[in-house]
Amino acid sequence: MAAVMPVPAASRVLLSGNEAVARAVWEAGVKVAAAYPGTPSTEMLEVISSYPDLYAEWSVNEKVSLEVAIGAAYAGSRAFCCMKHVGMNVASDALMTLTLTGVIGGLVIAIADDVGLSSSQNEQDSRYWGRFAHVPVLEPADSQEAYAMTLDAYALSEQFQVPVILRMTTRINHVKSLVTVGERSVHVGAGFKKEPGRFVMVPGNAGKRIPLMFKRDGELRAVAETSELNFIEEGADKRVGFIASGPAYMHVKESFPNAPVLKLGFSWPVPFGKCRELAAMVDQVVIVEEVEPLVETELKAQGLNVVGKEILPLQGELSPNVLKPVIARLLGEPIPERIAPAPLQIFPRPPTMCVACPHLGVYYTLSQVRNLNISGDIGCYTLGAGHPWNALDTCISMGASMGVAHGMDKGRGEADKDKRIVAVIGDSTFLHMGMQGLLDMVYNKGNVTVLLLDNRAVGMTGGQNNPGNGYGIHGEEAPRVDFARLVSALGVKDERIHTVNPYELPVLFKTIRDEVKVPDVSVIITDQPCVLVKDYHKLKPFEVIDDKCTGCGNCIDVGCPAIHVTRRGKEVKASGREVDLAFVRIETSVCTGCGLCVQPCAPKAIVHHVPTSPIQLVTTGGCAA
Amino acid sequence: MSGNQNHCTNILVVGIGGQGVMTATEILAEAAIALGHDAKKTEVAGMAQRGGVVSSHLRFGQRVLSPQITPGTADVLLGFESAEAMRWQHMLKPGGITLMNTAKLVPPVVELGLFDYPEDPLAEIRKSGNKVVAFDATWIALDLGDIRLGNTVMLGAIADHLPFGAETLLDCVLKRFQRKGEKLVELNRRAFEAGRAAVGQAEAALA
Repeated sequence: MAAVMPVPAASRVLLSGNEAVARAVWEAGVKVAAAYPGTPSTEMLEVISSYPDLYAEWSVNEKVSLEVAIGAAYAGSRAFCCMKHVGMNVASDALMTLTLTGVIGGLVIAIADDVGLSSSQNEQDSRYWGRFAHVPVLEPADSQEAYAMTLDAYALSEQFQVPVILRMTTRINHVKSLVTVGERSVHVGAGFKKEPGRFVMVPGNAGKRIPLMFKRDGELRAVAETSELNFIEEGADKRVGFIASGPAYMHVKESFPNAPVLKLGFSWPVPFGKCRELAAMVDQVVIVEEVEPLVETELKAQGLNVVGKEILPLQGELSPNVLKPVIARLLGEPIPERIAPAPLQIFPRPPTMCVACPHLGVYYTLSQVRNLNISGDIGCYTLGAGHPWNALDTCISMGASMGVAHGMDKGRGEADKDKRIVAVIGDSTFLHMGMQGLLDMVYNKGNVTVLLLDNRAVGMTGGQNNPGNGYGIHGEEAPRVDFARLVSALGVKDERIHTVNPYELPVLFKTIRDEVKVPDVSVIITDQPCVLVKDYHKLKPFEVIDDKCTGCGNCIDVGCPAIHVTRRGKEVKASGREVDLAFVRIETSVCTGCGLCVQPCAPKAIVHHVPTSPIQLVTTGGCAA
Repeated sequence: MSGNQNHCTNILVVGIGGQGVMTATEILAEAAIALGHDAKKTEVAGMAQRGGVVSSHLRFGQRVLSPQITPGTADVLLGFESAEAMRWQHMLKPGGITLMNTAKLVPPVVELGLFDYPEDPLAEIRKSGNKVVAFDATWIALDLGDIRLGNTVMLGAIADHLPFGAETLLDCVLKRFQRKGEKLVELNRRAFEAGRAAVGQAEAALA
């Protein structure tokens, strides 16, 4: 993002949790901020990059982003790093030793847990990292707290020379609420001071740091006990007292306005004293935490009589409609009458690939080749698992398509004897964590056909720049990786590397069909950009000549959302077999003329659209209301 | 020991990724804030950039706690697409109202013959007993010369169903276009008023 003028101090503005953290990072005088995009964390770094006076980068993966932040913090500067929950898994190797060295300049790691799986492959509770790595965890409950706790986190980080985790969830990252912002303070780092006993973690040095880490745990627990981020709100109805953190706190307050509540903002180390204080005030304590029973388990280990996941779900958000019936049941009250009727039955509307997306050509082709096991990866192209293609068989973690494909080849079972193994991966995912898998496959003489879909963007998260597209975070020119040369350098034979245009279906089909037969590692690079990035150029739209359409439905199998059925019918073939017919039209107002649907159309019923009047171009609807 | 959400106004704006649902909700939030309300806006959007379902929640009042609207408590449902308006009926409180665009956007899963698009979403909503006002926002926008005016038509449509006057909302809408010139401001003013009038007429016809 280009630099913008920050809103003045004391302004009250509507900000998402991500925007609030970004503002606080700027106000805290952070010098270096690094991240890899991932829903729901992406906007934090996007917005940070629009502020002046700091360095921001899209790193190639989360581990590198944390390491960049560590280097800056070792140099005494304030540093920031953010990621989605699964990103922390990637970065964790660095974190687990960072906790021994600690930091000089403040370092805050904001982790966005996708509670409710709006756009993720799993649901994780990142508060575990606080326990695992012995670092404090702060949990905001709205944007104002996200802002304020980021500032608190820097003070805490420098006071104890420890990295601090800011644990957010989708319902914090993406909710907009009012925030009163403040002044920026300048923070100048002292510079890196060589101290091998602290910064060179070989066994002899690391062993001496471990007792210091445990000592720090105790000190942090004492701070949590007196921290203003942990507070008890009294209430008249003392039958149940709640301990809650993050968005769950808001849901508790909404649902039970008269109940005493201990709000945990500084949730690790758990302030046991405060918890006992609440327990003494009420008949029974219920822990409301998203997602895992972490506070609950610790309090039970302390001998406190508390209730949590015995009655509350271990998955998803704990919103008022979840909480109210559970607590009513606990109290033996009548379950609140369902005021909401059951939802009306209606078709699902799963996300689709965009009109003219270059991946359409790839998945259409893969759906036409028989005998494939297709190992997939993470990005827009994961949608290839859906209709109409059904051409992606696995998805597990960033870059996993490589190793999983290689393992599927080496571990072939009886039924796989004649199967060809294909791996599908996007450009940014390949650079994130896929390269190593390919290297492994080549070195170990694998037999996989890799489709490297280079669409020059991190598409799913909004088209961020990356080393594959030649632009930096501010849209400036940057070195662009040459994928063909890169995979060649990793050891893929030059005759097994093909760069193809995914809109040229016959070429793509032939290349895939030929390469899957070769018992070697092949890489097929598709080279057309995402339709949402500036490198994409629209062409003249197409339309269907109704008289010529035979209703075969071949074009529908491409999966482009611009193709709509006008009427359906049935036809009895000479063999006596009855087939369904679907006659189509193309939504010309959104068609970009990619020509994919033209190619499988046998009667040549799809031709360039000739507008008869300007209004006709748009009357058929389109995406806008 | 349940509390309630009575102190807040709950507006649910629904549609499909790419229709501008989230922007419209944000403008509604700005109007509420301009009048001194606390406000929270949240989405259940998922990977909605790819044509999926978007439902945007706006709650405002003296103090908003939970950002989500509980099923059965929405005061107004603003539907940018017919089937989506139908999908979220259970969110309305008894006596709540649906203001819906009659436009239909048919997804690939329906074109593939895997599911049916309801014959008449408006009739289905009426059958459920909920109050609904339908109008063709797409046609209104096209009549004014630009389909992109649809969002402003939708905001005009809800203008007389808010606990504050239409002027505040109109100001917030027009503020967005100020930098783009007087012509666009004027066009959006007309789109807003056209949406308002369409709902007014449809309601008069129902009465």
